[in-house]
Amino acid sequence: MASENLDSNHNSITYFNRNIWSGMLFGLGFVAFVDETVFHQLLHWHHFYDKTTRSMGLISDGLFHAFSWFATIGGLFMIADLRRRNTFVFKRWWGGSMLAGGAFQFYDGIIQHKIMRIHQIRYVDHVFIYDWVWNIIAVIMIIAGGLLINRTSKEFRKRWEGNRR
Amino acid sequence: MGREQKVMHGHIHPSNNEQMMLMLPFLLLIDLYIFAGVFSNRHHHSWPLHRYFFWCFGVLSAAGAVVGPIANRAHMDFTAHMTGHLLLGMLAPLLIAISAPVTLILRTISVKWSRRLTRVLKSCFFRVASDPVVASLLNVGGLWLLYTTGLYMAMHKSLVLHVLVHLHVFLAGYLFTVSMIYMDPTPHQRSFLYRAVVLVLALGGHGILSKYLYAHPPAGVPSGQAEIGSMIMYYGGDAIDIALITIFCFQWYKAARPRISSTYPQVN
Repeated sequence: MASENLDSNHNSITYFNRNIWSGMLFGLGFVAFVDETVFHQLLHWHHFYDKTTRSMGLISDGLFHAFSWFATIGGLFMIADLRRRNTFVFKRWWGGSMLAGGAFQFYDGIIQHKIMRIHQIRYVDHVFIYDWVWNIIAVIMIIAGGLLINRTSKEFRKRWEGNRR
Repeated sequence: MGREQKVMHGHIHPSNNEQMMLMLPFLLLIDLYIFAGVFSNRHHHSWPLHRYFFWCFGVLSAAGAVVGPIANRAHMDFTAHMTGHLLLGMLAPLLIAISAPVTLILRTISVKWSRRLTRVLKSCFFRVASDPVVASLLNVGGLWLLYTTGLYMAMHKSLVLHVLVHLHVFLAGYLFTVSMIYMDPTPHQRSFLYRAVVLVLALGGHGILSKYLYAHPPAGVPSGQAEIGSMIMYYGGDAIDIALITIFCFQWYKAARPRISSTYPQVN
């Protein structure tokens, strides 16, 4: 229903792609939020600050946290904007969410945990198992998000060409 | 008991009478607002009831940092100090900004005086001060200065410094809030994107400082208190930021509403 309206809209491509941006903001924010509530607050696996943290890690963590906080709320308001314009395409939005959520998780798992050493996933002997699971999930999310976005692009192009004929 | 503790105990606790005296200006502010609202209702639309509540809670949370149990414990307990600062520098400014005090003043005073006030608000000074970057530097930069230099220790020894720091924390917090969300008439408006970028950087600076304090307490603060205080600053700040960001985004949502364009005919 929403995608039918897209073709008649003058700015259809802008709003069609804005689904990705909105999804990316929300996805990044949501993954960061789950990280904070589940791993910091509920399970207490992550530490608020462990003494191995480097100052770059502190800065990166602070900025990412602030950005994700803003992005979650901003992304949701963007959905509201897309919906009132009848240009919300859930599949494309979800693709953006997975892509950015996965990318953030991968960044968190490789750069923030391993290189900047902000904190580890869990303070146990075989932490490498946790690291692998963490990062493989991240890669799966990135691939799935990319595929979804690609598929909605193809659908859009088909519809666009069909209309012009 | 450590040497630091003794120094902090040097501060004189206000007696009950002094407590009442300290509370007076806050009660006066509440009275003034209610009076202005009721008084101006004679010539204008009825001033919304929710704004009275926002003002009252805003003034009371600022008072909570200056008078009462939190303020009394703040002299020797960093955790209490941080709770007070959260009330004074973040919650009170937000609630007061939502209560739109400038709008209320403008409609209460005479046209001649409100023109004068508007001229002041339009001045070069306020243009610079209301810039999100300047407001953020005053707000978050001031906190870095307070907690990473000897200022925190000095504040507990000098009454003048104590009052000045608290005044700065509130005013900078208010300036920061109104530079991001526009509840009152704002002559020098900035774009949403610019404000959003500065807001994220400022919130980041706040978060970085609170985690930094976890491992590097200000001079004279025991590490146990610093750890809890730092978490109060971090998570308490986050909680208030949700409200600030939501209002900010809602204002964008209202401003970005689709308008029927005359250049491009709507095909539906």
